[in-house]
Amino acid sequence: MIETRALAKRFGDRRALQGVSFVAHRGELLAIIGPNGAGKTTLLSILAGIRDPDSGSVSRRPREVGWVPQQAALYRRLTVAENLRLFARLERMPDVGATVEEMLEQTALAERRDDQVGTLSGGNQQRINIALGLLSRPPVLLLDEPSAGLDPRQRERLWQFVLALAGGGTTVIFSTHNLAEAERYGQRLLVLADGETLFDGTSSELHAAVHEAGARDFEQAFVAFLRDRGH
Amino acid sequence: MRWLLLKDLQILRRSLLVSVLLVLYPAVIAVLIGFALSRGPEKPRVAFLNEVPPGTPLVVGGTQFDVTGAKSELCARLDCIPVSSEAQARQMVESGDALAALILPPDLIQRLESLGGLNPIQPTVRVLVNEEDPVKAGLVDDRIDSLVTQANLRISKEVSHISANYLTLLTRGGTFNLLGQTLDILGLQNSERILEAVRSELPASSPLGAALDKVIRFARLAGQNLDQAQPLLASIAHPIEVQKEVVAGSPPSLDSFAIAVAATVTLMFVTVLLVAGALALEWEENAYSRLVRGLVRRTWLLAEKVLLGIALSLGVTLLMLAGLSLFVHIEWSRLPAIVAAILAGGAAFAAFGAAIGATAREVRASSLLAFMISLPVAFVSLVESGTVSPGLFDVIKVVRAVFPFHAALDAMSGGLDASGPALGAPLLHLAILLIAYGALARLALRRLV
Repeated sequence: MIETRALAKRFGDRRALQGVSFVAHRGELLAIIGPNGAGKTTLLSILAGIRDPDSGSVSRRPREVGWVPQQAALYRRLTVAENLRLFARLERMPDVGATVEEMLEQTALAERRDDQVGTLSGGNQQRINIALGLLSRPPVLLLDEPSAGLDPRQRERLWQFVLALAGGGTTVIFSTHNLAEAERYGQRLLVLADGETLFDGTSSELHAAVHEAGARDFEQAFVAFLRDRGH
Repeated sequence: MRWLLLKDLQILRRSLLVSVLLVLYPAVIAVLIGFALSRGPEKPRVAFLNEVPPGTPLVVGGTQFDVTGAKSELCARLDCIPVSSEAQARQMVESGDALAALILPPDLIQRLESLGGLNPIQPTVRVLVNEEDPVKAGLVDDRIDSLVTQANLRISKEVSHISANYLTLLTRGGTFNLLGQTLDILGLQNSERILEAVRSELPASSPLGAALDKVIRFARLAGQNLDQAQPLLASIAHPIEVQKEVVAGSPPSLDSFAIAVAATVTLMFVTVLLVAGALALEWEENAYSRLVRGLVRRTWLLAEKVLLGIALSLGVTLLMLAGLSLFVHIEWSRLPAIVAAILAGGAAFAAFGAAIGATAREVRASSLLAFMISLPVAFVSLVESGTVSPGLFDVIKVVRAVFPFHAALDAMSGGLDASGPALGAPLLHLAILLIAYGALARLALRRLV
């Protein structure tokens, strides 16, 4: 699990996060949703240890958290295997070779191991991106907009993989603009807007909270929910 | 750190065009700059037209001048291209085949010989020049002025010697050749003795006594004063003597300086561009944040880039020097000093490149910035004092102090040539710049994700 307490972060005059607290349990899938500028990426970057909060705390050290950024963080001139090997070494994995083989198998990219990453499709690059986040077998995995730029089939494969991770006990926290995706895969939803936590609960609880007569669909109701709360 | 270094080398290996350009381009530019700075034409090409009839001796005051030897000496300092007519000489100068044309008129010998006689006529030589290029025009003027000055000096010495002989003849007497006849010249001293002898025979009351006394006094005074004139004539032949004293600076040979410039420019471009680009690439690949969130410390990342720059620039610069050694002499016994200069210069340039890369955070922007800063800094650093106003040179001194180029050039010059600058001061300067730019780069990394 991972717990945050009263996280706050400012960038100049702009308040990116204020008093964000939550707990994500072992094997839980927590979806962070909210409009642009809500603070989703800032929250994930603090959890990943890339940024320091101005105040508040995170219960996990950065090395215990796997991180998959929205834009793939890998070297396009290196091959799939070389990327995995480099980061496995930097993670100080005891058996680098075995770790690389395991990741190639998990991501079904063993046949592309000697291909330069820059020659792969966006979906395959995202697979390697996720594999790099999982190299150290972290108890917590952060995914920033993981399905952005993927076609439906790739998205399906991605979520099967992520669900399997969660089933194996990995706490998965992901951010998304896609409400349907959040509803479908998130066991709990954390709604952020203007750096504040507006909602923390299950999708059915959120449905109840946003219920509004006349709303065509859940997305419309959600927009009304935000508007009612001044965001 | 070694895995990051390996990663960067793998990426470079796969970017073949970048690697080749990074090595070849600065090496070519460096060699061109180095030799352009230190070399004009060793001997300017001059069309040479000698209209003096062949075999004509040059005798001035009884002394025969070696005309053939003089011509050889002239052409040892110029690249003489013999021509047979003034039209040909003119055409060569107009077309640029020759920088200038030197024409010796047919009556040159006669005029030179007249300097030793009683009716001297000033000898002249003609020079045709093409002044469409002011640099070339200046070069030709300087060379020919220098040669003519030396010729004038030699002739004036001989003419002074001849004049001194005439004075001796006048004061002490002797023989003199004129139109094939030998004449006895009495001389003033002998005249005084004869007149004194005649005066002693005259009666005391003779009216000629007073007049004779005047003539005797004239002969004595003239003889004494003309004797004094001889050293004066010698000093006219060479009135000003120059005593040169070196109070500062220990310049290397021109060849060593050219090589040092070439090596330093290569070192600068390879290191600064490589390190700036390599560091900026971490952001472009979005790998920076993945690296620094617990895998690698920012300082280690910086150190790895600096080490990458030093290692590659050492190899490239040594390779370039090895290539140059096919054409010029390089004192390879000074290899330890050369390597020390390259390492120190490479480290300072690498830190400078890291500061650029950490600031630009984009490979194209960092490459452009590195180029736009490095090239003018290099040119400005090469400007010497005395060629610009003191105020402007103060600004140049600041540029030299703040950027690694001039210190690296001094270190390289000292490494290549034992007569060049001492290594200690530039190495210390480079170490300070390494620390300063390293700190700047580290500060830039701290603020960034």
